Amino acid sequence: MTRREGSAFSGLGVVFLKEFADQLSGIRMRMLELLIVLTAMATIYAAIQTIKNVVGEDVFLFLRLFTTAKQPLPSFVAFMGFLIPLLAIALGFDAVNGEFQRRTLGRVLSQPIYRDALLFGKYLAGLATLGLVLLSVWLLVTGLGILFTGLVPSGEEVARGLLYLAATLAYGGVWLAVALFFSVVFKNPTTSALAAIGVWLFFTVFWGMIAGMLAPVISPVHYGFPEEILRQAQTELALARISPNTLYAEATLALLQPEVRALGPVLPAQLEGMVLGTPLPLSQSLLLVWPQFAGLIAASVVFFTLAYVVFQRMEIRA
Amino acid sequence: MMAAIETQDLTKRYGRLLAVDRLNLVVERGEVFGILGPNGSGKTTTILMLLGLTDPSAGTVRVLGRDPVREPLSVKRRVGYLPDTVGFYDELSGRENLRYTAALNGQTGRRVEARIEALLEQMGLGEAADRPVRTYSRGMKQRLGLADVLLKEPELVILDEPTLGLDPQAAHEFLLLIRSLKEKGLTVLLSSHLLHQVQAITDRVGLFRKGRMELVGSVPELARQVLGGAFRIRVRAAGPGLEQALGRIPGVLRVTEEAHGYLLETERDLRPEVARAVVEAGGKLFELELEEPSLDEIYRAYFQGVNRDAA
Repeated sequence: MTRREGSAFSGLGVVFLKEFADQLSGIRMRMLELLIVLTAMATIYAAIQTIKNVVGEDVFLFLRLFTTAKQPLPSFVAFMGFLIPLLAIALGFDAVNGEFQRRTLGRVLSQPIYRDALLFGKYLAGLATLGLVLLSVWLLVTGLGILFTGLVPSGEEVARGLLYLAATLAYGGVWLAVALFFSVVFKNPTTSALAAIGVWLFFTVFWGMIAGMLAPVISPVHYGFPEEILRQAQTELALARISPNTLYAEATLALLQPEVRALGPVLPAQLEGMVLGTPLPLSQSLLLVWPQFAGLIAASVVFFTLAYVVFQRMEIRA
Repeated sequence: MMAAIETQDLTKRYGRLLAVDRLNLVVERGEVFGILGPNGSGKTTTILMLLGLTDPSAGTVRVLGRDPVREPLSVKRRVGYLPDTVGFYDELSGRENLRYTAALNGQTGRRVEARIEALLEQMGLGEAADRPVRTYSRGMKQRLGLADVLLKEPELVILDEPTLGLDPQAAHEFLLLIRSLKEKGLTVLLSSHLLHQVQAITDRVGLFRKGRMELVGSVPELARQVLGGAFRIRVRAAGPGLEQALGRIPGVLRVTEEAHGYLLETERDLRPEVARAVVEAGGKLFELELEEPSLDEIYRAYFQGVNRDAA
């Protein structure tokens, strides 16, 4: 078998630019942007009210903007965790089957590009759109924070904020890959949207319960030994971490709350000598969430690869 | 020089269905070749294999001397393809759609803009160039499709059912456009149901049935194969013993009596001989007409024959 000719990426830039332009000019995008901007402003405003009342000697007061919730509004972070998957799915659910429905797929693929370029260009364009939205929302929120509190974020707070953005982008990337995968598998955009949202709902609502139910089955506690209890807790955590939602929640927690020292069960022996409540340096927090980061990227790669394999074998005729 | 298209025992199987069965097709450069056949006879599958958009199950393909499976990019760079139901990005204008195609072919810049403009004018879309495609009629989309195909300056153009869904006037104009491609030295492969239209613009045709190309040749050649006599002469004449006199002319295969005369099936154009025979037999000649065999007739006769054999 000889190598196929030319680069798999010829035409990638062209596809990327076109898709990116489409995403940014689409009505769908404007609706979602509006939704995110409004919720971001509402939550931040609420957080500012709370922080003003309890303003203390907090070193990372600025990061509290993101994580503070005021009833009945959830925190900014919680909102983003909810909206970003929806945005990602909205950006990707009709990526391939939309071309199929519009009968443009055959025409585009008869141009001198490989299918790789089309799929990857679409994914990158979705990711870039997501990144752009996240960056603008974050800048907006930071700006509002400076305006209303009069505080200026420290260098570390800015760095933590940017890392939080990166984690959110990785999380959005997973759902974008899921949506892209379904857009290849299902010919009908409605079906693929429902399938992607179904998967998201499953992980958001049900996976936690399922992990809680499965853990006692896999690692039962027979005699009540601490080892058994610990093992069960670890099993449950490991199961929960299959869900990208868990990975993202943990990454966010450790990045935005510097005093978080461990994600998971901690034994009293490990607490010895620990100065509780003191923040970790950024490098240590990063070390803590590195596996979560890697997990999120791996999940994107897995779904993208699945989409890629199915797409390569897809018959393009109607 | 190599033929524009050459396939050897090209076969495509979808599970147990044999979509294309050992196809041996040669299309010479500069030729307009029509592939005809009922739905599901393997026309579109063949076209997709020529473009490398579907991999053959067996056999070989050479398009412009290259293998579309191994070298898809250089084939696609030189072959323009208009799918049977061509679609565009509705929210973009005709010009923007063409610009995207040009960019995918690695063409950008001022030269391309000029070319896009010229093509839009040539296709009669100058006025509509900057309107979103969603406002285009079916015929306009089809013409935009042809502009899209010609944009990359192809050597071979493949058109799948190019007149599907067009009204007769639009279809006629579109076929004239296709015919004009031949004058520019392009090779054209087109598939269609509209037989009399195909007849008007093709040099040769291939008849497909159940994945096999069963007949191939120019329309008169096919007529000879399918209808027996390739030429049919309609004589309006009156006189005694004419039938026998006409039957004696060398080259006449059959004489059938009709309402006001006779229908002759002949090997050649025998009009002068027929005229002489009528006069020599003392008959009165009113009208003498050479009837071109129509592809419709060939097609119907052929598939009827085949179906009768099958039944």
